[in-house]
Amino acid sequence: MSLQDWSCGVPKSNSETITLSHGSGGRLSAKLIEEVFFKHYLSPELSARNDSAVLDWSSDGRVAMSTDAFVIQPLEFPGGDIGSLSVYGTVNDLAVQGAKPIALSIAWILEEGFPLSQLSQLACSIGKAAAECSVRIVAGDTKVVERGRGHGCYITTTGIGKVPKGLDLGPSQIKAGDCILLSGSIGDHGMAIMSQRTGLVFEPILKSDCSPLHTMAKDLIENIPGLRVMRDPTRGGIAATLNELASSSRLCFQIDEARVPVRAQVKSACELLGLDPWIVANEGKLIAIVAPESLQAALQILRNHPLGSQACCIGQVTQEYRSRVIARTAYGTQRIVPMPEGELLPRIC
Amino acid sequence: MQATDFGNPNHVALLVQQIRAKTTRPWTIMEVCGGQTHAILRYGIDQLLPDSIRIVHGPGCPVCVTPIETIDQAIQIASTPGVIFCTFGDMLRVPGSDGDLMQAKSRGADVRIIHSPMEAYQLALAESNQTGSNRQVVLFAIGFETTAPATAMAIRMAKEKNLDCFSALVCHVLVPPALEAIFSDENHGIDGLLAAGHVCTITGYHSYDAICNRFGIPIAITGFEPVDLLRGIWNVVEQLESQPRNDRVVNVYEHIATIQGNAHAQQTVDEVFALCDQTWRGIGILPQSGLKLKEKYALYDAQKRFSIRSDRSTEASPCRAADVLRGKIRPVECPAFGSLCNPGNPLGAPMVSNEGACAAYYLYQSIKEDKSQDLEVDR
Repeated sequence: MSLQDWSCGVPKSNSETITLSHGSGGRLSAKLIEEVFFKHYLSPELSARNDSAVLDWSSDGRVAMSTDAFVIQPLEFPGGDIGSLSVYGTVNDLAVQGAKPIALSIAWILEEGFPLSQLSQLACSIGKAAAECSVRIVAGDTKVVERGRGHGCYITTTGIGKVPKGLDLGPSQIKAGDCILLSGSIGDHGMAIMSQRTGLVFEPILKSDCSPLHTMAKDLIENIPGLRVMRDPTRGGIAATLNELASSSRLCFQIDEARVPVRAQVKSACELLGLDPWIVANEGKLIAIVAPESLQAALQILRNHPLGSQACCIGQVTQEYRSRVIARTAYGTQRIVPMPEGELLPRIC
Repeated sequence: MQATDFGNPNHVALLVQQIRAKTTRPWTIMEVCGGQTHAILRYGIDQLLPDSIRIVHGPGCPVCVTPIETIDQAIQIASTPGVIFCTFGDMLRVPGSDGDLMQAKSRGADVRIIHSPMEAYQLALAESNQTGSNRQVVLFAIGFETTAPATAMAIRMAKEKNLDCFSALVCHVLVPPALEAIFSDENHGIDGLLAAGHVCTITGYHSYDAICNRFGIPIAITGFEPVDLLRGIWNVVEQLESQPRNDRVVNVYEHIATIQGNAHAQQTVDEVFALCDQTWRGIGILPQSGLKLKEKYALYDAQKRFSIRSDRSTEASPCRAADVLRGKIRPVECPAFGSLCNPGNPLGAPMVSNEGACAAYYLYQSIKEDKSQDLEVDR
């Protein structure tokens, strides 16, 4: 079945809502699992209905494991929803570590009164996203909290993946002279969400970049021997990710600001709200550090990927200032890019 | 000039060259706008200037000059049961004498971030239409001449609708009286001034002529992009270097600001507000430097509607925010900067808002001023 054939069957009645009984473990829980979750994401492990999923593991590689909780508001946004985000988020964390994502667990926390039709949409979105990433949903849990004690719906996903034998990616591999690659424009997800929350409308509409990075990561792993480390710069934006890498490698990350792609409307939205696109979240971008001799080949691979047409080399690793990220402006000046502090607070004027 | 040209590196290089060629003596130039502070540091404009030109930052960040007593009042009102307290985002983490609004929120206060005073008005309107609701919506109305018109509009509309559940904790301040206070100090040490272009867009710039004439300080009405800023600096330097001096106010933000300003905005402010003496954090009480609600709008004054204590409060000791706000020192010259005081643990208000001078220096520290380069521990 191709993704195009996948349809989201929404329950006929829009008035049905989640009640506390749906989380009781009794008949209504079973009905929910059967009619909503199994309908959209069934796997042999789920249909076995055991207390835990047992997976065949005929590989001599190692296991990667990652977990992430999703509390995003609004639940649906241009470019995605909390369902697809909860799959891609964990898949991307596995993928940038070099792992092939295999299986996910999904835990729902639902608020009493949550519309069943919306739950079904989100479950459908999870099913689609999992199929796109070739991962099976093998375990799950559902809890219902009283009205007023949740925010509609929260999702936690945990994933495991296989790391090919001999693959060793990490900040300790980074060397001075390495190149810093970015797969596309920054700040798209964070500003799409901010625009929804604030009601500020931009033309064209700001769309989240929420998407899976597993094939892009795989292409790099299989073809670029000089690949040192990959990251997906989510919360905290590229400023947080680059600072983490600079700090753990104890090297200096020098970035040419003019080379960092920022969409015009993201830039305008950031200026309006007093935010810096460098610290705004992404959900479908990849940062790769590669050896200088691998630069051209790695860029080619990124640009050949459907999500990487804007990929570019944004800077270089040096020994100049230990554990620091330095931005070079278009005017030839330099500044230190610090680790972002706290939450993003739009400024007064 | 096209909108995109205001960041053009060639124009920037040309202006820098002209400023360098013109400068023969040390000059100290002050700007009084958080947006300009931010842009100067973010783009490294200060690094491009000759060493003899020193840029200092005046009280240009409304978050930074809001007195600690007002923050305390805001926390008290926000913590009152049944109150929805609406504030601009960067007020959340400004330290009062005991905690900030974000901590109050975590203890259960209903604090909401708004982007315009009209959002608070809309929220109050929605509350009033909800049967059985007796919640009060309070707007934390702070800012310079730029945000005052929107506050005035919200209050005027609330009165038109007889909206009883709406009020505002008003702490609007005006730039010219603060400048007069700074320049009245004989040792102010400032040679020229960049006036904030967006303030003048609202108010016009008549009042700056008086400041220029009284204190002998050349003034350029200046915008926020790199080319805007350098045109302002170039103009001030040119005035300072000319023989004989002919100090005047020059508008280099001519594509936006006019001498009359926005008459409609001015009328709305005049309708709702009257001048009052106002305390500025770090500076003290300045006569006729703030706005208060006129008597006919007194019903919408949150200070009168809520019974609030007003204890005198003191600032944390090693913080030299007061000197930073008067342009006496640059943030990096404060002993607490970057070590005891940082955006995660601000001792003074200028470290809180992105537009505060201390936060801007912390965020965009140039490499030569990185105090912690050789430290093992990150800031």
